[in-house]
Amino acid sequence: MQRYIVHRLLQGLVLLFMVATIVFFLGRLTGNPVDLMLPEEATAEDRQAMIQALGLDGSVYEQFVIFITNAFRGDLGMSIRMRQPAVDAFFDRLPNTLAIIPWALLMAMAIGIPLGVVAALNRGNFIDRLAGGIGVLGIAMPSFWLGIILIFVFSVELGWLPSGRMGGPEHYVLPVITLGAFLVAGFMRLIRSSMLEVMESEFVKLARIKGLSEWVVIWKHCLRNALIPVLTLWGVFVGNLITGAIVTETVFAWPGVGRLTYEAVIYRDFPLLQAVIILKAILILSINLLVDILYAYVDPRIRLS
Amino acid sequence: MTADTILEVRGLRTYFFLRRGVLKAVDGVSFSLRKGEVLGLVGESGCGKSLTALSVMRLLPKGSARTVEGQVVLDGEDILTKSLNEMRTVRGRKISMVLQDPQTSLNPVFTIGNQLREAIVRRFKGSRAELDRESIQALRHVEIAAPEQRIGQFPHQMSGGMKQRVVGAIAISGKPEVLIADEPTTALDVTIQLQYLKLLKRLQRETGMAILFITHDFGVVARMCDRVAVMYAGRIVECGPVRQVFDNPSHPYTQALIASVPKMEGTDGRLRTIEGQPPSLMNLPVGCRFADRCAFADERCREAYPGTYQVGADHTADCWRLAP
Repeated sequence: MQRYIVHRLLQGLVLLFMVATIVFFLGRLTGNPVDLMLPEEATAEDRQAMIQALGLDGSVYEQFVIFITNAFRGDLGMSIRMRQPAVDAFFDRLPNTLAIIPWALLMAMAIGIPLGVVAALNRGNFIDRLAGGIGVLGIAMPSFWLGIILIFVFSVELGWLPSGRMGGPEHYVLPVITLGAFLVAGFMRLIRSSMLEVMESEFVKLARIKGLSEWVVIWKHCLRNALIPVLTLWGVFVGNLITGAIVTETVFAWPGVGRLTYEAVIYRDFPLLQAVIILKAILILSINLLVDILYAYVDPRIRLS
Repeated sequence: MTADTILEVRGLRTYFFLRRGVLKAVDGVSFSLRKGEVLGLVGESGCGKSLTALSVMRLLPKGSARTVEGQVVLDGEDILTKSLNEMRTVRGRKISMVLQDPQTSLNPVFTIGNQLREAIVRRFKGSRAELDRESIQALRHVEIAAPEQRIGQFPHQMSGGMKQRVVGAIAISGKPEVLIADEPTTALDVTIQLQYLKLLKRLQRETGMAILFITHDFGVVARMCDRVAVMYAGRIVECGPVRQVFDNPSHPYTQALIASVPKMEGTDGRLRTIEGQPPSLMNLPVGCRFADRCAFADERCREAYPGTYQVGADHTADCWRLAP
């Protein structure tokens, strides 16, 4: 178990290095941020001074070596716009994003899992197609559109819910729905297909031979087994949510890391962007490792090695 | 139907309705099982043995398979007319079943104890401690060592033979009157097979339940069964007490089957086989289904299916050569 975790951590380190490299060079491709940051009437001397101040005067490779060395010390640079360490900016905002992600995941599962079970039980008929339709709707609606429609209906027209910013529980409803909607279909399809497989198995037959009720057969014996592949994809889904939060948080003016990413892009705050992406990668890697460890507890046949 | 009959199957037909046509997997099966006896149901793969069992349990694979005709009279009641809810009260309590593959018969994510309690609680409503005690008792009954530890374990922590014992314990924990054993030893090692058969036999003697024992192995029939029914292409072609069927096989298929059982002594070292293939279940001949492979077949055999004729006391066969 310990060896497994160490092995995974080393793998993660290699992956992070690759992420950092890509992010660094891609960021350089977008042009020189200095032009964007200086006022129009700035002189060539001002420009030179700024380049020096930001450490942009060396070659790209020199900059890269400095960047990586500092990154290993936990220093991912200063945010140009916010004038604070990028890492601090990220961790200031992270709790706000983590406050909606579990709810979005929970909502997607609470709708997607029963929908998938019902679809599997009614394979091929109208209810199956209806469930599939509801699921696909979640994918088909882009979150910026869904978010705006929800704001229009529930905030502007009905006035039931606030249209954005953090606050009490009522502030969470619309962002959570917007963020979770596109995962509903993922859960639904996954559960549907794994339920169809599990329902054919011999142990389900034995459960019926025992004379158990259909309810117990389906929701205990089948579902518990069908949930195993769902857990595997949890890591991926949480990754999706972290990415999806960029749009949702922007629409709802939610001060989380998603909105921070958006800001870093539009203000061409490349140290911040690098930091945000690398830290998100670390977050996703840790969640995946956690899920794999959790997996061993849910499926007693798995022993990590 | 005599007074000591516990299960009687009459004219059972279970078909698969496929896009390519109708597959008549069970096509007019009739037999009866008496209280406390072991009836063997033998035949080659694909002859409809397992599907007969699943039809009786009403656990046909969802979708294409359907029982279209027949009666399954269990303890005086036709269970084919029961609702699915009523059927639940019958399963486990009156009729139960052991499946072929112990590796897949137990739910991998629940402990043995959990799966046993589910079955036991149907006849005995008790506290958790009482149910655990009953579970341990049930495991001890199927000769599992250290049952106190076993109830907390998961199926993957046990060997195939042990799992099949657990399946047995689960199947009989509702004290059913009829147990269907569908090739319960096929997936086990040869050395474990014998132990399992002895266990089943012992349980049967102790509980007095009747067993419908499905197998393709005549050796197992000789060891386990009181009577035997031989099935070919969806029908039972011969049925009688084991001794009589072995000594005087009357259907050419039974004769060929018994002749093809390998023997230790007096052979020329060759294995005997039955020439040809069974007919397609989608396109069954009007006459006797064995006619194409039968050395004695004549015109009559190809024109119409023979009736069921008496060979001896309690011994019948479906063959024109027996027609009076």
